[in-house]
Amino acid sequence: MDLSREWLNDYTKITISDKEFCDGMTMSGSKVEGVSVTGAGIENVVAGRVTAMERHPNSDHMFICQVDAGQDRPLTIVTGAQNVSVGDMVPVALDGAKLPGGVEIKTSKLRGVQSEGMLCSLGELGLDTHDYPYAIENGIFIMDEPCQPGDDILRVLGLGDSVVEFEITNNRPDCLSVIGLAREAAATFGTDFSVREPAVKGAGDDIRKYLTVQIDEPALCPRYTARMVKNIRIEPSPAWLRRRLRASGIRPINNIVDITNYVMQEYGQPMHAFDYSCVGGEKIVVRRAAPGEELETLDGNARKLTPNMLIIADAEKPIGVAGVMGGGNSEIVDSTKTIVFESANFNGTSIRKTAIALGMRTDASGKFEKGLDPEGTIPAVQRACELVELLGCGDVIDGMIDVVATPPVKRTVKLEPEKVNALLGTDISRDYMVKVLEKLGFSVEGDVIHVPSWRSDIEHYSDIAEEVARFYGYDVIQSTMIRGKTAQGGWNEKQKLTNRLNALCQAMGFNEILTYSFGSKSAWDKIRLPADSPLRQALVIQNPLGEDRSVMRTTPMPSMLEVMSTNAARRNPSVRLYERAKVFHPRTDNPLADERMWLVLGEYGGGAGFFQLKGCVEAILKDMRVQDAAFTAETAEGAFHPGRCARISAGGECIGLLGQIHPAVCDAYGLDHNSFYAQLSMEAMAAHQGPERTFTALPRFPAVSRDIALVCAADIPVASLVATIQAAGKPYLEKAELFDVYTGDPIPAGSKSVAFSLTLRAADQTLTEEHTAETMSAILAALAAEHGAAIR
Amino acid sequence: MEQKLRQLREQSLQAIREADTLEALEAVRVKYLGKKGELTAVLKQMGGLSAEERPRMGQLANSIREELTETLDSAKNALAEKALEARLAAEREDVTIPGTPVSIGRPHPLNKVIDEFSEIAIGMGFTIAEGPEVELSSYNFDKLNTAEGHPARDRQDTFYFDDDDQVLLRTQTSPVQIHVMETQPLPIRIIAPGRVYRKDEVDATHSPMFHQIEGLVVDEGITFGDLKGTLNELVHRLYGSDLKTRFRPHHFPFTEPSCEMDVECFKCHGAGCPVCKGEGWVELLGGGMVHPKVLAGCGIDTDKYSGFAFGFGSDRLAMFRFNISDLRLLFENDVRFLEQF
Repeated sequence: MDLSREWLNDYTKITISDKEFCDGMTMSGSKVEGVSVTGAGIENVVAGRVTAMERHPNSDHMFICQVDAGQDRPLTIVTGAQNVSVGDMVPVALDGAKLPGGVEIKTSKLRGVQSEGMLCSLGELGLDTHDYPYAIENGIFIMDEPCQPGDDILRVLGLGDSVVEFEITNNRPDCLSVIGLAREAAATFGTDFSVREPAVKGAGDDIRKYLTVQIDEPALCPRYTARMVKNIRIEPSPAWLRRRLRASGIRPINNIVDITNYVMQEYGQPMHAFDYSCVGGEKIVVRRAAPGEELETLDGNARKLTPNMLIIADAEKPIGVAGVMGGGNSEIVDSTKTIVFESANFNGTSIRKTAIALGMRTDASGKFEKGLDPEGTIPAVQRACELVELLGCGDVIDGMIDVVATPPVKRTVKLEPEKVNALLGTDISRDYMVKVLEKLGFSVEGDVIHVPSWRSDIEHYSDIAEEVARFYGYDVIQSTMIRGKTAQGGWNEKQKLTNRLNALCQAMGFNEILTYSFGSKSAWDKIRLPADSPLRQALVIQNPLGEDRSVMRTTPMPSMLEVMSTNAARRNPSVRLYERAKVFHPRTDNPLADERMWLVLGEYGGGAGFFQLKGCVEAILKDMRVQDAAFTAETAEGAFHPGRCARISAGGECIGLLGQIHPAVCDAYGLDHNSFYAQLSMEAMAAHQGPERTFTALPRFPAVSRDIALVCAADIPVASLVATIQAAGKPYLEKAELFDVYTGDPIPAGSKSVAFSLTLRAADQTLTEEHTAETMSAILAALAAEHGAAIR
Repeated sequence: MEQKLRQLREQSLQAIREADTLEALEAVRVKYLGKKGELTAVLKQMGGLSAEERPRMGQLANSIREELTETLDSAKNALAEKALEARLAAEREDVTIPGTPVSIGRPHPLNKVIDEFSEIAIGMGFTIAEGPEVELSSYNFDKLNTAEGHPARDRQDTFYFDDDDQVLLRTQTSPVQIHVMETQPLPIRIIAPGRVYRKDEVDATHSPMFHQIEGLVVDEGITFGDLKGTLNELVHRLYGSDLKTRFRPHHFPFTEPSCEMDVECFKCHGAGCPVCKGEGWVELLGGGMVHPKVLAGCGIDTDKYSGFAFGFGSDRLAMFRFNISDLRLLFENDVRFLEQF
């Protein structure tokens, strides 16, 4: 909403600086977004009368003018314009003048003749023929304004007005008007405020002879008010009106259209004017569009209408889309003789949905959709008729049609000063509250507050509290700390686990990433998810921003691969990344998602390898105290290298996957084939978390070390050998560490050599040679029996 | 004999002076003091001396042996010290050569800001709450006093999963307020960081997925003054206690009275610059007193309890905090970006 301060002064006189005005309005709830001044950039330009002209001796098109610019002698000014005559009043840019766009005028020689300034066109003053329809576009602006030579052009043209741009919140459509903002300003600055009731003389006749109005949809159109004007004379509006429209960001068109726009800006009530000769059957019907109906709107577009849309029709056909835009078939044209002014109240949601469906949001629909004052239709139509008489552009027909389909509800709220103060933490007097409310147009009788019709947002004492606080001053209200019981803040167990995982991953050199929760179905194919995979059961967004953001992710893998891919494409040589990624699975028991968190690791380059990443996963599992964690070969996960993928389990439940990414998947993402990925379920890790660690006494007796090298079948997993060693080595085996795996000469094909370093220890004595020998032979016997493994 | 002893003394001291290695010193020791050494040989002849001479010569020989031993020891120490100095000199490193790199991962800047804020809130007695991201329309809108037909519900603004617009991606973290009020005992003091979704095309300041932090306090006698005090405290702990703030009236459906909190522009400190559009202030968050309809809808007795709520975009906070110019950088995850925080 752009507000002209000159216009504002019609309703409340405010003379403070723009800065003070803007700050004050912002702090009372009408947020100022910016302020500009009309004619900004024009300096030292005055009115001047051309007193003599002669042709330039050295030019075939220039003239040398003598100009009376109110100084003690006439100025000599050279112009190339062809539309200037002796006696014309023109804008004169004096020596040192400034024009919009940073242009500066200096006395200078033009083809040998000293020119002491410049005569200006409309364009050079930042104006056009909409502002001054009597002027021409290409040529000097020959002014028909009351003025004397030497008068400042800003004053002559009514420029220098401050235009303040407001951000008006949705609950205050009444402030989308000069009057609404004037009311707020008066309450803010303590100035007087009054709205005069428009006075219409009328020219006789009776509207009822011309028109009937019928509302078929009382819920969508609570009220429709109309007046008519005959003997219309279409011409440009006067300068003061054009200027105010211009300052408000509205382009002047002609007197009738300008009046509707002027009233909309002033009263906040959109208006429309129909050419009466185009209203068939002398009847206006407010109804839903019939299926298949069409209308060409004022902007020249043919609109397909649906029964969800409210329209203004005559006896047969649509002539306007209610609250959005009029029809071309009833447009005001130069030959228009009689018009109907529409000033109606429509249901905001209906107007908004229609405007969205038709893809045309207009000034009018933008106001209607916020829900306007049903009592605002009559003052607006009266003001329009008053302006018609003031401008002399037609004869207002007596009488008014005012159909009230849904009577407005008068609302009251109880005045409860103690509740207001309790909510605000203040000690504001009842009198102050009443004063603020009255200034805003409320009336108070006893403890009953009568809410004005334009304030549909007020329905509760908390709303009253806000009205009082806005003017009392949010900044004046004392800041306090919460009293009451001391609350104990803190992280819960799950959050602590998350914090620990973050610290751990970062300590291991993983950078945290953050990716979108939604993705594309095509990612499922890219990671070679089987057609029948349950991960293809996903929640689908019905109105996505494109296919690639259309399904809620069920696996965190594509997001990680995409980030790795982005980094690879940007030639980052190595990455080590982690994410705490949420996935969403459809549920059968309710419409929401089963939302689960994964810890995801991904890396390439910088020595990345299966066992390097596995080491990290093991460190995480150990730190998280995941009990009975185990890795088993996994050959069926399509996203992974079939020989380099492990299923991670805890207590028999699968809690994650780890492996080298399948070459085909790497290719699909543009990744090097040596790329690695792991995912761990955060819920499962928490579920399998063992008890807090406790102290174990340090060993008091020395350990015995024994290395063994075995030869066994190549396909026996090391984990199985370790399990056998651990079982057979009891009670003295403390640990069995793998230190070498070897295949090739001289080990026979199909076999491998595996070497372990065993540590034996007893808790209560130094191990004897006998104990050691017994343990070792038990281990070797078990290895031979269970795996056919022999000492190399 | 005395002459012989004095001669040996001179010879051996000379030899010690001339020895420049530990080996040479040892050779001197063996030559004079060893079992077959020359001084030892002289001492063996003592038996042939007269009773008067024997003690005198014995004393002389012993003093010479002691002197030799001491001189040998100190010469050895001097040589060892010299050798150590030489070794240390040879081992000198160029300490300006960089150390062996240790790579430590970094938190994502957005999560870093969320964690900082969470720590501060926890210190003020808040706990951290969570809620679903796939949410019911009733929690995202209805129970937050956002009427049927409100523009925020439009399909051009909100992502929906069903034909009836009942299931959606939450557009704000405010529904967490409802979940907490419906399930937790009073009093309540929570913050709820989380992801939210709106149908905005990606550009430098918009993303269809972004992050908010919600705050909610419900207790007996909570006032607008408490809201101001708490928010000032949070912001001052986050940005320093000299940061100026101001509260302006605003409108949200689920708070009344509502406000926006501005902080002095980070860039120009109030002087006015392009970042703050010349105003000197930057909008930081929105808040207000929880609307009595919202409290009542959660079964809370509004005669006894009141509350305040606030919410803000943590992406914006991170961008302010780290001077990040483009929101898209947060979601691209280029390691050269990630490693900066």
